[in-house]
Amino acid sequence: MSNPTFEVEHLSLHYLTRFGEKIHAVTDVSFEMKQGEILGIAGESGCGKSTLVNGLMGLFIPPLHPTSGEVKVGGESLMNRTPQDIREHVLSRRVSMIPQGAFNALNPTRKVKDIAADVIVAHEKADRKKAYDRLGERFELFFGAEAKRILNAYPVQLTAGERQRSVIGISTLLNPEMVIADEPTSALDVSTQKIVIKMIFDLLDAGIFKSMIFITHELPLLRHVADNIAIMYAGEFVEKGTAEQIVFSPKHPYTQALMGAMLSAEPGQKSRKPVAIEGAPPSLAEAIVGCRFAARCPVARPECRQNKQELRMFADRLVRCDYAE
Amino acid sequence: MKLLKNLLKSPMFVIGAGLFFGTILVALLAPLFYSVTLDRVGEQYAAPGMGHWLGTDNLGRDYISLLIMGLRSSLYVGFLAGIIATAVGTLLGIYGGFKGGWIDDLLNMLTNLFIVIPSFVVLILISASFKDGRSLTLIGLIIGATTWTWSARAVRAQSSALKSRDHIWLARINGDGTLAILVKHILPYLLSYVFMVFILQIASGILSEAAISMIGLGPLDTQSLGVILNDAKSNGALGDGVWWAFIPSTVLITMIVFALYLINTSMEGVFNPRLRK
Amino acid sequence: MPSETPIFSARDVVRVFGSGKKLVRAVDGVGFDIADGEIVSIVGGSGCGKSVLAKIMLGLYKPTSGQFLYEGHEITDQRSHWNEVQAVFQDPFSCFNQFFTIRAQLKAAFHILKDKPSKSEIDDRVDAGLLAVNVAPKDIEGKYPFELSGGQMQRMLLARIFALRPKVLIADEPTSMVDACVRANILDYLMKLKVELSMTIVFVTHDIGLAYYVSDRLFIMHEGKIVDAGTPDDVILKPTSPVTVRLLDDIPEIHKEWIKR
Repeated sequence: MSNPTFEVEHLSLHYLTRFGEKIHAVTDVSFEMKQGEILGIAGESGCGKSTLVNGLMGLFIPPLHPTSGEVKVGGESLMNRTPQDIREHVLSRRVSMIPQGAFNALNPTRKVKDIAADVIVAHEKADRKKAYDRLGERFELFFGAEAKRILNAYPVQLTAGERQRSVIGISTLLNPEMVIADEPTSALDVSTQKIVIKMIFDLLDAGIFKSMIFITHELPLLRHVADNIAIMYAGEFVEKGTAEQIVFSPKHPYTQALMGAMLSAEPGQKSRKPVAIEGAPPSLAEAIVGCRFAARCPVARPECRQNKQELRMFADRLVRCDYAE
Repeated sequence: MKLLKNLLKSPMFVIGAGLFFGTILVALLAPLFYSVTLDRVGEQYAAPGMGHWLGTDNLGRDYISLLIMGLRSSLYVGFLAGIIATAVGTLLGIYGGFKGGWIDDLLNMLTNLFIVIPSFVVLILISASFKDGRSLTLIGLIIGATTWTWSARAVRAQSSALKSRDHIWLARINGDGTLAILVKHILPYLLSYVFMVFILQIASGILSEAAISMIGLGPLDTQSLGVILNDAKSNGALGDGVWWAFIPSTVLITMIVFALYLINTSMEGVFNPRLRK
Repeated sequence: MPSETPIFSARDVVRVFGSGKKLVRAVDGVGFDIADGEIVSIVGGSGCGKSVLAKIMLGLYKPTSGQFLYEGHEITDQRSHWNEVQAVFQDPFSCFNQFFTIRAQLKAAFHILKDKPSKSEIDDRVDAGLLAVNVAPKDIEGKYPFELSGGQMQRMLLARIFALRPKVLIADEPTSMVDACVRANILDYLMKLKVELSMTIVFVTHDIGLAYYVSDRLFIMHEGKIVDAGTPDDVILKPTSPVTVRLLDDIPEIHKEWIKR
């Protein structure tokens, strides 16, 4: 049981722009996940989160290419495999993805039950009628009495929350070991978000999937959803620790800045004035010497721009800053 | 420019565009290299051979000359019908979709009315009612006037989807009127789409002309690929095994339409990246 | 001097869409006054009618019944209304036309003004607007919307407001599509508009956190009705409506218990 379900070793990814520029979107990302773990990955848009998602599924469709590193699910490597192979043998069965926009993920001309049955039929060569039965059971788990109505509806006939829950239901139909959720609730309002998160917890408790990566830019949400949080900046993990460590005592200056920019409606928080992070992340087209956050870091020293920072253990978590306090 | 570059990467587009522009070039430039003549140059239905590579027709006219002239007419009809159908359809569709309300309902009703009326039957009836003076241009006009409906439908859907986008709201509070919004803020987004519709309308124009001519209701003033087929049919060439009377012309029509469909499909892939997956 | 007449005054405003079985009462009998120089936030979940109310304030929709007044008169002439009341919309990507440069579109905003400034003054004001949101004018010179990120685009919408200097700003969910860390920026700019240009701001959002910081008064909207109203502290510390309680409860906050695994 203690074997990691998902291992990522020194994964670096790049893609090529139309102009032939090589963008190093993800650099040297390593982590492993235990059964039942939810890992949150947070960072600004453009920090490489979405590129990482494709890399973690082993799905390399040009212009995205692996530079180096290894991704393993249950010990099986996902690297150096064709997209065809990955789609047939890995996606949905072993690693599944929950996208942000449920509307684009569901074919508007088909009923939910048909979209879902397709997944079962395509992967297990199962009988279509049996597939419908299985669907009914699964959807009742989280929709209860509503399951029938939802399955027989077209995507447009559902609310945003019902659509997103259907997408989650469909992507976990085949009990994958690993689920990667890319901003699954960003397009929803807070009340719907809560319902969707509740469903994710239920599925995890029921053992329908084993572990999950949850990508978002909402740190307060991750505090409640994730066991561990990794903060990503300019393609690198800059800090990784437990959710409490990251949220209550951030050590990397970037994590501190993210927390400082946060707005919250909690009583007593209004006196704390949020501070925006000025400037923009560096271009990933060029090789970067020194710390990637140095240009925006409020406590940067002159040597930060020369010395490359490595992830090291500090205060019981990983931090990529030699001067962390 | 970027789009063109992407298009040129698609083999489908290169083949389709190559074939289509090839036929246009042949239609335009062939007379410079080949003596195109409608005079009697040989026997009735002389078999293909040296002097006349594709043989002669029932009047002893050179088939290559006939095909070149027919190709010109077919392309002319295709473009004429395509331009009319696309222009009328785009205008009505874009306006109706944007305006909404009863104007949209009215235009929609008109479109549906034209869709319900079988346009080919109308085409036959109108063509048949013009005993004399049934010219190529007239045929093109009629085809255009009866096939604009589906470009109107397609454009209406797109325009209606665009109208609630935030940039239209912004344009309105910038003080732009309806016309300015349609021209500056909706049409540019639809141009690639309209162009795709145009390509398909050309293809359907060419096919309609061929069909109407084939049954003997084609233009009286000129040759066309359909007229060639009609001549072959009415002189019993099919039964007599005179393959050169109908095969080259059929192949030519099929090739042009196929090329246009290739262009359309490849463009869809480039303009609509989601389909590429 | 703030004038006595409220900027907006609503009495039993109703707006319905569709008819028969499909009838939707998007705004269902709301009433309020918004004074000159106030920042009022309208907070609610999706489909609560807040965006429709914003479009009524902009004169883009007319109320089906009830009375909606801007400075004591009904909105009859949209163009003259937009001289004084302007907006920032939700989706920064679709807000600009992809086929024109950003600068051209910022300048196009001046078409609405009755007393259109001279060409050079327009250029100056666009530059000033860009500088107000910390963007160097040369950085966007010749750039098209798709060359910028979502956060930058949202700044461009605010630059447009800084350049145009309307009397009232309706901000319709300006933060829902941008990163958490860009939100603090947007907050700064809204405060700057209020302080430097004494603008009246109506801020429509589902982001109660941002609303809490920025507003003088908060309205909570649910199913077309305003269910709670007052100063941010009143509404958040002493909510009177169960809707508000639930809304606050549903927000994941750092120090508070939320759902547990």
